[in-house]
Amino acid sequence: MKRKDFLLSTLPAAAILPEVINGYSVKALNENSPLVQALMRGLTLTDHVLVIIQLSGGNDGLNMVLPISDYTNYYNARTNIAIAQNKILTLAGVSGTGIHPAMTGLQSLFTDGKAKVIQAVGYPQPNFSHFRATDIWMSGSNSDQEVYNGWAGRYLNYEYPNFPTGYPNSNMPDPLAIQIGSTTTLTTQGPSVNMAMSITNPTSFYNLVTGVVDPVPNTKAGKELKFIRTINQQTQKYATSIKNAANAVTQQSTYPSNNSLADQLKIVARLVKGGLKTRIYMTSFGGFDTHSVQVTNGDTSIGAHATLLGRVSDAIKAFQDDLKYLGVEDRVIGMTYSEFGRRIKSNSSTGTDHGSAAPMFLFGSKIVPGMLGTNPTIPTVATVNDNVPMQYDFRSIYSSIMQNWFCLDKTVVDGLFPPNINNQLQNLPIVKPGSCTNTTPPSGNIDKVIWNSPAPYSKNTTIYFKTQGGHTLLQIFDTLGRLITTLIEKDYAGPVSDQIQFNAERLPTGIYYARLQNGINQTVWPMLKVRE
Amino acid sequence: MDRREFLAAHRNRHKVEDSGSSKPFRTLSGINPYTGTWSENEVIHLLKRTMFGAAKADIDYFKTKTLSQAVDELLTPTAPAPAIPIKEYVTSVSAANPDGNIAQGTTWVNDINGDGTVQSQRRASYKKWWVGVMVNQDRSIREKLLMFLIDHFGNETVDVGNANWIYKQHDLIRQNVLGNFKQLVDAITKDVSMLRYLNGYLNNASAPDENYGRELMELFTIGKGPDSKYTESDVKEAAKVLTGWQINGTTYNSMFTPSRHSTVNKTFSSFFGNTVITGRTGATAGQLELTDLLNMIFAQQEPAKFIVRKFYRWFVYYDIDAAVEANVITPLADIFRTNNYQIVPMLAALLKSEHFFDVMNRGCYIKTPADHIIGSIREMNTQFPSLTDWSTNYGMWSLFNNWMVNMGQNLHDPPNVSGMPPYYQEPSFHELWINSDSLPKRNQFTDTMILNGYSVNNIRVQFNCVAFAQLLPNPGNPNDLIDDALRIFFRNDLSAQSKAQIKTQILLTGQQWDYYWANAWAAYTSNPTTANFNTINARLKSLFQYFFNLSEYQLM
Repeated sequence: MKRKDFLLSTLPAAAILPEVINGYSVKALNENSPLVQALMRGLTLTDHVLVIIQLSGGNDGLNMVLPISDYTNYYNARTNIAIAQNKILTLAGVSGTGIHPAMTGLQSLFTDGKAKVIQAVGYPQPNFSHFRATDIWMSGSNSDQEVYNGWAGRYLNYEYPNFPTGYPNSNMPDPLAIQIGSTTTLTTQGPSVNMAMSITNPTSFYNLVTGVVDPVPNTKAGKELKFIRTINQQTQKYATSIKNAANAVTQQSTYPSNNSLADQLKIVARLVKGGLKTRIYMTSFGGFDTHSVQVTNGDTSIGAHATLLGRVSDAIKAFQDDLKYLGVEDRVIGMTYSEFGRRIKSNSSTGTDHGSAAPMFLFGSKIVPGMLGTNPTIPTVATVNDNVPMQYDFRSIYSSIMQNWFCLDKTVVDGLFPPNINNQLQNLPIVKPGSCTNTTPPSGNIDKVIWNSPAPYSKNTTIYFKTQGGHTLLQIFDTLGRLITTLIEKDYAGPVSDQIQFNAERLPTGIYYARLQNGINQTVWPMLKVRE
Repeated sequence: MDRREFLAAHRNRHKVEDSGSSKPFRTLSGINPYTGTWSENEVIHLLKRTMFGAAKADIDYFKTKTLSQAVDELLTPTAPAPAIPIKEYVTSVSAANPDGNIAQGTTWVNDINGDGTVQSQRRASYKKWWVGVMVNQDRSIREKLLMFLIDHFGNETVDVGNANWIYKQHDLIRQNVLGNFKQLVDAITKDVSMLRYLNGYLNNASAPDENYGRELMELFTIGKGPDSKYTESDVKEAAKVLTGWQINGTTYNSMFTPSRHSTVNKTFSSFFGNTVITGRTGATAGQLELTDLLNMIFAQQEPAKFIVRKFYRWFVYYDIDAAVEANVITPLADIFRTNNYQIVPMLAALLKSEHFFDVMNRGCYIKTPADHIIGSIREMNTQFPSLTDWSTNYGMWSLFNNWMVNMGQNLHDPPNVSGMPPYYQEPSFHELWINSDSLPKRNQFTDTMILNGYSVNNIRVQFNCVAFAQLLPNPGNPNDLIDDALRIFFRNDLSAQSKAQIKTQILLTGQQWDYYWANAWAAYTSNPTTANFNTINARLKSLFQYFFNLSEYQLM
């Protein structure tokens, strides 16, 4: 499904669509509608930059962000890989939750108030295939939907319609997005073309990055290949602007060596400082598919996963320090994500298998520091199928960034996602207030209120909850992350306490999670169903 | 028309082959039969140079043959001639003399109609048709030779104007591509398009028009090589020989009018041994003197060398150094001459030679726009609706033709009578195809064919990356998949490091284990649901798009 289709399906079926702007049909809407206003506004002016760090392979979030306050359940679920409690790094401004001992760099960013962790980010009906899960994360689709363009691609296509026709131009002389790495990804695939350029593409920038350059043989073929590559470089519209930006920065602070993510982020810092107007940079770092031996026998704080997390942490810390050194700290935020987390219970080969929700880090001087969400709920006796229940939909993070960092109207942002989840997306306190002057930042008044009775129960239980008013969503998930039912989805006029019965008569026994979402808040409440 | 001045500017830059160059990649191989490895790699090399792209079915077919058998088969087309052009257009309302007598779907090639608007529509129709013939080419060298020879004779449809005449020329050359070059020159001299294009129809005894006589020597037969010493006087005398030919406006055939023919004796220079062609009278005078003229020209050493050099630049590479001249051009010219200008023996010797298969001569040929467009369509095994759906097919062919024009190759419409500059223009030659305008367009074309393709009459034609991968022997293994695809797409392989990087980034989506691709492929083949298809299709599309955007893809 293409973005346009998302939009069209939000319109009444009978609407006639005589006018299309940037793929949006606007005539069917009142000209005073926010969407039309947003469309007429043109390019959103901002110098903000988003850096995306993809952790490929499915990062074991539960060994990265550690539930200190629920340590016993955590330890029992994964005795062979659990991080010793006394080694967990605590985080400034966060109680009951810590991070992996290898992540000292990130710890210091928390201390500086420049980092945030968002717990248990995922989506209903999680997919455990790397390929599908990656596509879902990159496209922003629902689990059962196949969308072959990316959330950032749709965003950039909105801001820069008709790209690449007419680009570069005075408004946008630089690449819209840059992938550090060999190929552009689905994330920046627009409705028709990819909006990003890749700067180790062998025909564009051989020497800028430590990219692979295939040698030219000393033959007739080599002569012609060299000739075509030269033309290719000349025709690369952005060659000059990227080279100029790169060359403008001669001094950067220190980055760790033997760390490919650090290498990539160093290039990003250089290009940002060098003056590119590029809004999105994508980097990637692989090896997180830790089915076995993710820790070293005898010391679970070291080993393969620790090495990976250490590099991520060191790279981000060095990057943040460099941004500050270069004086562009306030223009850049970053985020990490992985296509899925891993199972709560470890396997017998000191590894973890494909799971669902996982934490994300966000960093930058304009990030609201601390933690969003709570420690994941871990069963007392974890079984092989137990997954971290989702607290935040990943698209709420994208959506919040687009609204509060890229300064887009919510109506526009909603148009970039499948229509049936628009109402469910939250505007989360990720970006510090005032980053977009005309945007009202969300406040983080967390009033956690949900419980059930009887508990445990065998057939039915009543769920009691409080809403602050406005859009309220009450969903039931099983431990695999599957959406069992949506009990409540409606707008409340104001603050009120309410209740609803959950009929579990036909469901197998075990834990179910009630997820209450209200405005920026959500709470996940475990409910145990037992035999009569 | 007179192109004298414009052409002179070009021709002055023609140079004799640079014998003193010391290129590091110089090769001394000659036309001895190649006896080295004959594997899929060599088959692909041969096919890319003699057909448009190396289609998997053709590769598999010729792999079972010896090299000699393969070349002989390529030089011996057995498929029937393609269907002739049809009226796929709706006659413009602005035509003063519309061709309503021709029903859509039936051919216009025999219909006499002098209306400029109708003829303009037919010219467009002709080009679409020709593209279609190439897309559906038979398993032979015919189409590539045809394109070469039509370029050699350099006519422009836009100047000739009459598409029926143009088609007659096309068909004349098509019938002779594997025949006798000297006979073809005889026929083309009297071809109505040529008579029109180079003013032969105006050439008469009272005021000879030298246009054709000059190009006959300079561009079509003798050339301006170092040993070409014909004189201005020879051009004038040849023009007299060629007087009297005209175009019959009602039959669209050429005719000879004795009263317009110069009956004087024509005396040539010492370059031609001071030959005197006796002036004739009567109805047979034109042909008799033309035969004398061509006998005199082809008795020289130069025509064979000049023509062989053009063949060489079309099939091998543009640079002809002293070694190539001595070891390839000269002996091939001898074969050409000895066989009385039969094309096949000379071409067979070239295509079977160790020089043709010399590793130094592989992968160095910059694709023409036709090689790029039609070659990629054929290599991707692109599926079209049945030819009975002429409307959709002509629509597609029209789009491809527009792409070729935008990339600098306008079929049967070179910039001037010299043909397409990449085949004669020193010193850049083939490199002229690639510039900052054409190269992005080449990428746009393959991007488009991969991402969306084209829809005509609600029928979509696009590259099917999954179907292509299924043609390969082991597509479930990402390493084999890349190797096998690149063997077809590229003639200059990527490094193992690059291939590993591409595999990880694209096919594995950043994962480190090959089995994730294998599993995805197996999931699709065992259960071809839309979801399973899309998972592999998305990655294959990215992979092929990436390959087609690399510089390597422009070479063959």
